Amino acid sequence: MSGASNVTIVLNGETRGVPAGATVLALLETIGIAPGRVAIEVNGRVVRRDDYLRLVLRDNDKLEVVHLVGGG
Amino acid sequence: MKTETLTLGGRSYPSRLIVGTGKYPNFDLMRLAIEASGTALVTVAVRRIDLSQRGGGKSLLDYLDTRKVALLPNTAGCFTADEAVRIARLGREAGLSELVKLEVIGDEKTLFPDNEGLLQATRVLVKEGFTVLPYTNDDLVVAKRLRDAGAAAVMPLAAPIGSGLGMQNAVNLRLLLDEIRDLPVIVDAGVGTASDASMVMEMGADGVLMNTGIAGAGDPVKMARAMRLAVEAGRLACEAGRIPKKLCATASSPVEGLVGQDS
Repeated sequence: MSGASNVTIVLNGETRGVPAGATVLALLETIGIAPGRVAIEVNGRVVRRDDYLRLVLRDNDKLEVVHLVGGG
Repeated sequence: MKTETLTLGGRSYPSRLIVGTGKYPNFDLMRLAIEASGTALVTVAVRRIDLSQRGGGKSLLDYLDTRKVALLPNTAGCFTADEAVRIARLGREAGLSELVKLEVIGDEKTLFPDNEGLLQATRVLVKEGFTVLPYTNDDLVVAKRLRDAGAAAVMPLAAPIGSGLGMQNAVNLRLLLDEIRDLPVIVDAGVGTASDASMVMEMGADGVLMNTGIAGAGDPVKMARAMRLAVEAGRLACEAGRIPKKLCATASSPVEGLVGQDS
């Protein structure tokens, strides 16, 4: 049984637990990513930067955290 | 229209050369090549951050002076319209740019575009306010449809991506350039060396987009400068208007007053 204090999310294809009530911004801090240089999708929808602090992660949320890389 | 200015979606860029940021051995070399190219617009790709590295690893953006070069996120690697739209939205958020180099690939070996998917994605993204620059083949009919769908430019290939073959179908490109006069035509993909770039510019292309031709060269910084000069030279030659071709010689020096002529 998963503890009430954790929710399970899928981040870039990897399953991981985050504390209940954690926001997108809190997750970024945990993984050491500066919020200014990424784009985030939660369950297929792009999350605006202004919403990182407001959006609380829920069980089974699927996140994609992407950034810009070299390309043609 | 100014020689060095490329206008896309109402914004002007002081260079007709667009360059990619992929395939460089390191970011320092990329930065130097971009400087040498004189470009004002660089393509970038959208990928997952590397979760195994704290902070996601080195950031491309640390090596780009975004006051001098604008970002053009691409949808490389997308094989459907839906995927491309999804990546375009993420690219807009990550790059804070309304521009998108739209790629919908239809074939893995040739990386030729999927025209149906390309049109579909163009329509969706135009509606969402993007400045859509679609990578397409050198097909006039597709170019017209992309224009009608609201694309800000059309970007026909000269040859397959990364092939370095140079322009393979001059007739198709000429027909396309003749007909598509109300929006920029940027030759994207297949340029291998400087003459490839000047040739398409001489024909009337509004710009050239390249990545491998510079990044894969023996000396990318030198090649970047060569491409800069080639694009400028080709544009100038196009604006100047070349002389007609003739089979026989016409003397350049006066035929009168030759020494030793007796009347």
